[in-house]
Amino acid sequence: MLSRVADSLYWMSRYVERAENIARILDVNLQLMLDLPKLGAEQEKKIWSPVLRSTGEYEDFDKLYKSTSSENVIDFLTLNSKNSNSIVNCITSARENARHVREQISLEMWEEINRTYLWMKGQTLKKIQKVGPYEFFNEVKNASHLFQGITDGTMTHGEDWDFIQVGKYLERGDMVTRILDANDEIFINAPDSLMNGGTLQWSAILRSCSSHDAYRKFYVAQVEPDKVVEFLILNEFFPRSIRFCAGALDEALRRISGCQEERFTNQAEKLSGRLVAELNYSALEDIKTVGMHKYMDDLQIKLNAIGEAIFQTYLFSPPLPEHEPEPAEVKAESRQEQKQETKSEGAHPRKSGQTQRLPKPAKV
Amino acid sequence: MALLDQYEPGDFFDEMFSKEGEVRPHYAALFERFQRLEQEEFDQRRTAVDAAFLRQGITFTVYSDEQGTERIFPFDLVPRIIPNSEWTLIEKGLIQRMQALNLFLKDLYTDQRILKEKVIPAEDVLSAKHYRPEMVGVPVPKDIYIHICGSDMVRDRDGTYFVLEDNGRCPSGVSYLLENRVAMKRAFPQLFGSAGVRPVDHYTQDLLTVLQYIAPHGASKPPTVVLLTPGIYNSAYFEHSFLARQMGIQIVEGRDLVVQDKKVYMRTTKGLVQVDTIYRRLDDDFLDPRVFRKDSVLGVPGLVSAYRAGNVSLANAIGTGVADDKVVYKYVPDMIKYYLGEEPILANVPTYLASDEKEREYIVTHLDKLVVKSANESGGYGMLVGPASTPKQREEFKELILKNPRNFIAQPTLSLSRHPSYCNEAGFEGRHVDLRPYILCGEKITIVPGGLTRVALRKGSLVVNSSQGGGSKDTWVLYGDS
Repeated sequence: MLSRVADSLYWMSRYVERAENIARILDVNLQLMLDLPKLGAEQEKKIWSPVLRSTGEYEDFDKLYKSTSSENVIDFLTLNSKNSNSIVNCITSARENARHVREQISLEMWEEINRTYLWMKGQTLKKIQKVGPYEFFNEVKNASHLFQGITDGTMTHGEDWDFIQVGKYLERGDMVTRILDANDEIFINAPDSLMNGGTLQWSAILRSCSSHDAYRKFYVAQVEPDKVVEFLILNEFFPRSIRFCAGALDEALRRISGCQEERFTNQAEKLSGRLVAELNYSALEDIKTVGMHKYMDDLQIKLNAIGEAIFQTYLFSPPLPEHEPEPAEVKAESRQEQKQETKSEGAHPRKSGQTQRLPKPAKV
Repeated sequence: MALLDQYEPGDFFDEMFSKEGEVRPHYAALFERFQRLEQEEFDQRRTAVDAAFLRQGITFTVYSDEQGTERIFPFDLVPRIIPNSEWTLIEKGLIQRMQALNLFLKDLYTDQRILKEKVIPAEDVLSAKHYRPEMVGVPVPKDIYIHICGSDMVRDRDGTYFVLEDNGRCPSGVSYLLENRVAMKRAFPQLFGSAGVRPVDHYTQDLLTVLQYIAPHGASKPPTVVLLTPGIYNSAYFEHSFLARQMGIQIVEGRDLVVQDKKVYMRTTKGLVQVDTIYRRLDDDFLDPRVFRKDSVLGVPGLVSAYRAGNVSLANAIGTGVADDKVVYKYVPDMIKYYLGEEPILANVPTYLASDEKEREYIVTHLDKLVVKSANESGGYGMLVGPASTPKQREEFKELILKNPRNFIAQPTLSLSRHPSYCNEAGFEGRHVDLRPYILCGEKITIVPGGLTRVALRKGSLVVNSSQGGGSKDTWVLYGDS
């Protein structure tokens, strides 16, 4: 398969998953607020700030809006074309990548992503408020589920499908760390009296990961913070837990290269295998010892490193020596910049509330 | 009231109605069906077809629009019908023309006999913008230069077919021909059985056969064929991906290809894979920055060296654009006589060359009656339709012509045939149409029955190009004559 095609499939998949997760994060916070007494502007800001940090470029938000109201946050994360990770931009990027590989994906996949794109283009804040944000976010989630289901049901499960899986699970794992991280901060920031011992909030988190029922079934118990964390990070069988995502990612990578288990043939497999082992042999106590914040941050750095290694192994072909400068070389430069950026963020101790940026494609 | 009751054929050759207002026999089945159709039912089907085109992303990009808006190519639900006997003649005529053009290109890029014997003036040919001296003496596989051709045909006031131009570079639009048929079958399924329409969907299979046939010696079996696209922002990108999908071949951009030891490879996740035939949808100018335009980032450095070494085949060959030059067009009938010893079956539109002193004089004094065209523009750009022009426009063109006579030709304004077309509030009105059949040259020459009928939807307009408000119709060639 063409490297460029693999790259487009990978990012198409990531962007669809990202749109879904941003819808989830927004939805859970909005629902949480419904259960709380009326909040003042300052409190509202406290609830939304961590969300903004984990899903978008916070500085951009401050430039564009005067206050951190729910309405502004929805507008920024949903419709604003200046936010590269707004839902509309995620869908547009997913569709643009699909357009690049239109002859590679199934007709049904293309029509579905195109339909979602056309629907999304017709959305306004007014329309969303009219049907209710809940309905709207549900639509976004459903569109993603439909797309992923169509992908599984209509595409040959070969190398191209595996690259789609790689993108999906890498993005999903990353977003779960962000959801947990953001909510952890809300928890710390919000006054106790509002949080009702945390039950409300932790239920909301579970719901945002579609895991409320699964959790109940698994623990047959009340919603307890420790168990929620354990479930979302370490559960072996739930498809939105980080451990599950890492495992599925690792399997897809091995299918691509044909490498057997407990071996590796490239850097990406080495890193993903290591992460799987680490999660398989971790328990709640280990997370608590490190601290939620730090643990999530470390996970994000590891997932980013896997993404980078996939890029170097499969998606980027270094220019041949006899060549004049061409786009691929420019690509390499821009990638290096990004690499340094990641390094510097990882090297410095994080300021409170700082989060890894969402990965972006190294496009020219 | 039936749909076509109010229809006025007007003082034109109407494809559907004779001068006396009678339905032509090959349109009888269609007419009967349409007369039974309620306006509401027609509107429903029209809306459903448009929605399907949009959903499937069957769109083209408008360049002048800053946002790069994607639009659907307006599709008119009234099909254009060609009886079998008429088509047989067109087919013969196009095959003859194609043979002559390929013989001409072979001659031009080897011995230049036709020029040396002064059958056609060398200065007119060698001065063509798309003549490629770099290709002289470079053999091409099976001596075929134009593999895919999309000749534009029109009919005049008495219904005679003329070839208006031969598009021997990268003709586009064939995907619309195929998609229009799919849409039409969905909208009027029963009609096909009763009318007896010849199928078109083998086009992509035929195309793949041609591309495999011209692969270099020693190519893998089956040969590795790819389609080279300028990228997703190209106005015809939909067509590129459509054709690649239908043929099951890879679509590549310049940056996916790399040349090593005069061989072309594509970069894949498993390393480099050699490419045998490239169906390129990129003009000569952009193919290889080392040989042609230095600023091209769409092409592949070294591609021409691999091509000259015979390690990769290109469809179409480099340098076919010389035959698209509207000055060279004038001489196609002479080529047919010279190479084949036959009389042309299809007529050329009479053409005056501004480079000829006498003809130039005629052109500049008759601008209000003529259509003036730049020798190398396409897409309906750079032309003056005399009868519809203002004195100021004519003055501007006169200046342009006198400044650069080689670049202009003129033709009498044909009264193009018209076809009933749906025009929104106005109901059904006559609109001018042309026909672009797609000709494939491999082991033999094949033409998918019919072609793309383009229609100038703007009232009175003679320009059918999609960039200028044109739409298209499904084109039916019948098994019989009625």
